[in-house]
Amino acid sequence: MNTADRTAEAGRLIGRAIERLEDAALLSGRGRYADDLPVPPGTLHAAVLRSSHAHAELVAIDTAAALALPGVVAVLTREDVKRWTRPFTVGVKQPMEHWCLAVDRVRYVGEPIAVVLAEDRYRAEDVLERIDVQYRPLPAAIDTRTAAAGGAPLLHPAVGANVVSDRSFRYGDPDGAFAAAEHRVALAIDYPRNSCTPIECFVVVAEWNPAEGSYEVMANFQGPMTIHPVMALALNVPSNRLRLKTPPDSGGSFGVKQALAPYIVLMAAAARLAGRPVKWTEDRLEHLVAANSATNRVTRIEAAVRRDGIVTALDWDQIEDCGAYLRAPEPATLYRMHGNMTGAYDIRHVSIRNRVVLTNKAPTGLNRGFGGPQVYFALERLMQRIAAELGLDPLEVIRRNLVPSDAFPYRTAPGALLDSGDYQRALDQAAAAGGLAELKRRRDAARAAGKLYGIGYAAVVEPSISNMGYITTVLTAAERQKAGPKNGAQSTATVAIDPLGAVSVIVASLPQGQGHRTVLAQVVAEVFGLQPRDIRVTTEFDTVRDAWSIAAGNYSSRFAGAVAGTAHLAAVALRDKLARIAAARLNVAVEDVRFADGKVHAAGNPDNSLSFGRVAGASHWAPGTLGEGAEAALRETVFWTPSVLDAPNEADEINSSATYGFIFDFCGVEIDRDTGQARIDKYVTMHDAGRLLNPALVDGQVRGGFSNGVGAAFFEQLVYDVDGTFRSGTFADYLVPTACEVPEPVILHMETPSPVTPLGAKGVGEGNCMSTPVCLANAVADALGVADVNLPMTPAKLAELMAIDDPPPRPPSSTR
Amino acid sequence: MKPPPFAYLRPETPEEALAALASEADSALLLAGGQSLMAMLNMRLAQPSLLIDIGSLGALSYVRISGGALAVGAASTQSALEHRSGLVGEAPLLAQALPHLGHYQTRNRGTVCGSIAHADPSGELPLCLVALKGEVALRSVRERRIVQAEQFFLGALSTTRRPDEMIEEARFPLRRKGEGHAFRELSMRQGDFAICAVAASATADGLRLAVGGVADRPVARDWPLLEGGTLDDALSDFAWDLEARDDMHASARYRRMLVRKLGRAALEEAMSCRNG
Amino acid sequence: MSKRLSPDAQHRISLVLNGRAAHGRAEPRMLLSDFLRHVLGATGTHVGCEHGVCGACTVRVDGLAVRSCLMLAVQAEGRCVDTVEGLAGEDGTLGALQLAFRHHHALQCGFCTAGILMSLADWLTRTPKPDERALREMLSGHLCRCTGYTGIVRAALAAAAEISGRKTAEEAPHV
Repeated sequence: MNTADRTAEAGRLIGRAIERLEDAALLSGRGRYADDLPVPPGTLHAAVLRSSHAHAELVAIDTAAALALPGVVAVLTREDVKRWTRPFTVGVKQPMEHWCLAVDRVRYVGEPIAVVLAEDRYRAEDVLERIDVQYRPLPAAIDTRTAAAGGAPLLHPAVGANVVSDRSFRYGDPDGAFAAAEHRVALAIDYPRNSCTPIECFVVVAEWNPAEGSYEVMANFQGPMTIHPVMALALNVPSNRLRLKTPPDSGGSFGVKQALAPYIVLMAAAARLAGRPVKWTEDRLEHLVAANSATNRVTRIEAAVRRDGIVTALDWDQIEDCGAYLRAPEPATLYRMHGNMTGAYDIRHVSIRNRVVLTNKAPTGLNRGFGGPQVYFALERLMQRIAAELGLDPLEVIRRNLVPSDAFPYRTAPGALLDSGDYQRALDQAAAAGGLAELKRRRDAARAAGKLYGIGYAAVVEPSISNMGYITTVLTAAERQKAGPKNGAQSTATVAIDPLGAVSVIVASLPQGQGHRTVLAQVVAEVFGLQPRDIRVTTEFDTVRDAWSIAAGNYSSRFAGAVAGTAHLAAVALRDKLARIAAARLNVAVEDVRFADGKVHAAGNPDNSLSFGRVAGASHWAPGTLGEGAEAALRETVFWTPSVLDAPNEADEINSSATYGFIFDFCGVEIDRDTGQARIDKYVTMHDAGRLLNPALVDGQVRGGFSNGVGAAFFEQLVYDVDGTFRSGTFADYLVPTACEVPEPVILHMETPSPVTPLGAKGVGEGNCMSTPVCLANAVADALGVADVNLPMTPAKLAELMAIDDPPPRPPSSTR
Repeated sequence: MKPPPFAYLRPETPEEALAALASEADSALLLAGGQSLMAMLNMRLAQPSLLIDIGSLGALSYVRISGGALAVGAASTQSALEHRSGLVGEAPLLAQALPHLGHYQTRNRGTVCGSIAHADPSGELPLCLVALKGEVALRSVRERRIVQAEQFFLGALSTTRRPDEMIEEARFPLRRKGEGHAFRELSMRQGDFAICAVAASATADGLRLAVGGVADRPVARDWPLLEGGTLDDALSDFAWDLEARDDMHASARYRRMLVRKLGRAALEEAMSCRNG
Repeated sequence: MSKRLSPDAQHRISLVLNGRAAHGRAEPRMLLSDFLRHVLGATGTHVGCEHGVCGACTVRVDGLAVRSCLMLAVQAEGRCVDTVEGLAGEDGTLGALQLAFRHHHALQCGFCTAGILMSLADWLTRTPKPDERALREMLSGHLCRCTGYTGIVRAALAAAAEISGRKTAEEAPHV
């Protein structure tokens, strides 16, 4: 029999929208976030001195006056950093140095220059203005195109150019397809910088242990743990001498807290200098100016199109702006989507040119959607333009190009294996259940009344569970051969039983608020026939004690597919051992052992039963009595990696993610003729994320991603002046949407299980960051009848697109 | 983001507050609700030697009718004014404008006079005060004086208040019979400072429009009763005279457009509710 | 004459925190948010921006929802301060608002949640029968990055109905 069926009521818990186990504590002020945890006696508080220049040589740093102030213990500067640390490993083969503090130059406003260590944060900040820094200003490289064209000041003289990677890819015969094309439709996009700005900022508590030569760090880091080796190398210690722990609760991340890595190294060095523990809590100004940003990207995309709207080839030219340094894992933003650069479409001929350029802006990193918003904004705007230019219905253009329903698993031209789906059916169901016909009537009525109203669509393939090897697509095949292959996505989970038969789960998933503990309790409780509240789930993480691998962490929407699936494998393995133990005691065949309602019983005879605790505790209390062929059932740690994740091949084909969900969105947007302000009239989002483990939590992810998407579409941008001055330094300048700006989307689901993941689940957390901005932009383009729509679509910009009537001033002589 | 060191005084009377202010006028600051000043302190944009907390002075905590105006004392919160029963009849413009001022939580603590003293060019209360031709009552240990709203605001975050003076109260003229008022604002988000806000008044004889968020201070203009193209021309002239500038969120062109569009809508509404 | 508190000295501050007397020492410049968290140990109040925009640090002072990052600890002398720790019963039983938040999945990371709960605890007493528009306007004083606000709005409306329904029942004359 299939061992997964041993649970009497499969589906009793998995797939149910149960309330979250996390919430009682969080709603009572009993959460334990990084800044809430006790620190060792004598802990110093850090404040970071940051560059006021976008680009300058650091001539001198004088800390004498600062050190004379009361309450100051030490000031960390470049000399200390050069003594104890090394530059961070860089993902491309270029001689660029990125230290945890500016060493020779500052290269962006906000770059750390020194760290003040004092008795409290107030005093530490008092000292900042007493450090005398002499700069020799240099001209700044800000504009992405100019920097890519070689016309901007050089950031890293040793590299010799601001373009640090330039790769071209060809799949199929794009030249032939373009030569034969009936139409060519092209579009240029400037995707802006934005960031998901979790409400909790960064926290690091670092200690140096000279006796062991080791660092111990607590930080609200989210992974990926690929960064652990990067930090250990930067700290110049063996990786088992960098112990990294995370707190029980996190105040959100959305990828952003990956960017703690340089600060972990920085504060570790500071603790070494002071000889005391050091705590740093980032404030909001620091966060906005320097923490993390999604890449801004300049894209030119062109399609070869038949007259019926079928796209035969795509040509991508992407210039990725990673800011001042290529911070690990960048340039991953540019390559995460590489396998699915054809989106949801059956397009066999593709050419791609990818350039990575450095400019005097804050370094980029993980942000929810990670590369998806940039790619899909270009691709889905292009589909809308194809319809507009050919006079076709935009939904029909999408539909005609979709990967056919019978084609799964489908290998895309750049190498992704779209594991499952039925995109046509998703469109049909969304249109019917989401009321597309009614929306069209609303549009027609609004237009008849003289209003500006448009409908937008977006179809998106949402990748999840990143292949550790995708980033090496940035290297040439020869470089990859030299470096050794990278691939896979090792996930791990541990399920343990204690002497009284209580079940615990430990995972290295580093949740940032999504409710992982609840889902894991559901999954494991179902396997053992228990209740979710019976399961204790631990998600705080410790590199020294926990089972983990480099793919550990909270990113690439890997939880449901990889982590929960792995926990299920571990629970099933443990339960099958328990079944052997129980079989002897129940005097039934092992196949006939069932787990339900806190009992272990014989199939078809619930009266022949034992309590779960008794069976589960047996391996502790009486290992000698387990019976023939039975092993002790104490603890199972399972490592799982998807079998479909190979390293990139000679042809640069890469299955960049393990599984691929599907999203189809449509919306209606009205634009006020007087003010240019857009109003979302209706938004429908259809998701196929495979099997849903807890639909309420899934809907929460969709709403959150949608909210981020609305922010990116209309409000959020990290703005730099031409000289590199940063303009979005407060939450009054960087505009996060509020309850008044985010409407409630209509959420629809279908479930096409993934054949790749243990439970058939796919990621769902990032999709609306990819689909929503472009879906809204398509509606705006439809309403205004314009081709060029760039984000964020502020009222002022939309008014300009409407052609502002700005009659010139009348001569003063006229009657005033 | 922690404030610099300062001494703190919570005076028991206005006189005590003024005496302290007089003795350290160069470096002391009055703290009322703190909804602007505290943020500036946290960013170290202000570094006073002494904070004089007048926020809990009972003698200055009042909203009352006096001399045909709604007089709001220095310690009265925006929330107290907003929730005054009868405000809609007494000062309908304020009733319309106050919900745009920051958020529920900041209005609970932010004071009316503090917002006026802060003189943000986009602030709703300075705009209303100018629109209604209100007054500011200033007091120091030396004297008391009254300044007309249009003379009070000098520029962005700049007023005629002297360093040793406190705004004792702000006076918003009550709505008179036959007067109509309307308020319109465009901000990026609910509660944000206005990109453009307009406060319109109409009587049997004329129109008045005050504009915030465009010039460096709220600016008002009066016209006789205009309509149609003449009104459009007048609004366009006004829009140009405000010398709008580009910023991160909006262009000067766009702000001029808003002055015309929002101004026209507000004036029309003000005219229509003159007899309400 | 009132006492001038010198900048570098720690001053004793007494207040009523969640119905109980609490005391601590702080310099004049210490923010109420820091005082609550790091002196009194009430870490349920969170700090998100320290310039009054995000709303995470919202607490009730004498009943009114205000930003604790825009208040000094010395200003809370003698006042009643209520924080999220005081919302549940002594034995940890969740109140109607908290239960509604859990039921409607009105939180994910929970970091902004305490401030939102404290705003609602104040606002719902003044607005017992809110409409969604007014509720969203009040909520615009809080930034949440996780939920898209849908669950928060649903929970608040449900809690308001629950609380006012209970009140009506309590007040109904016995017949």
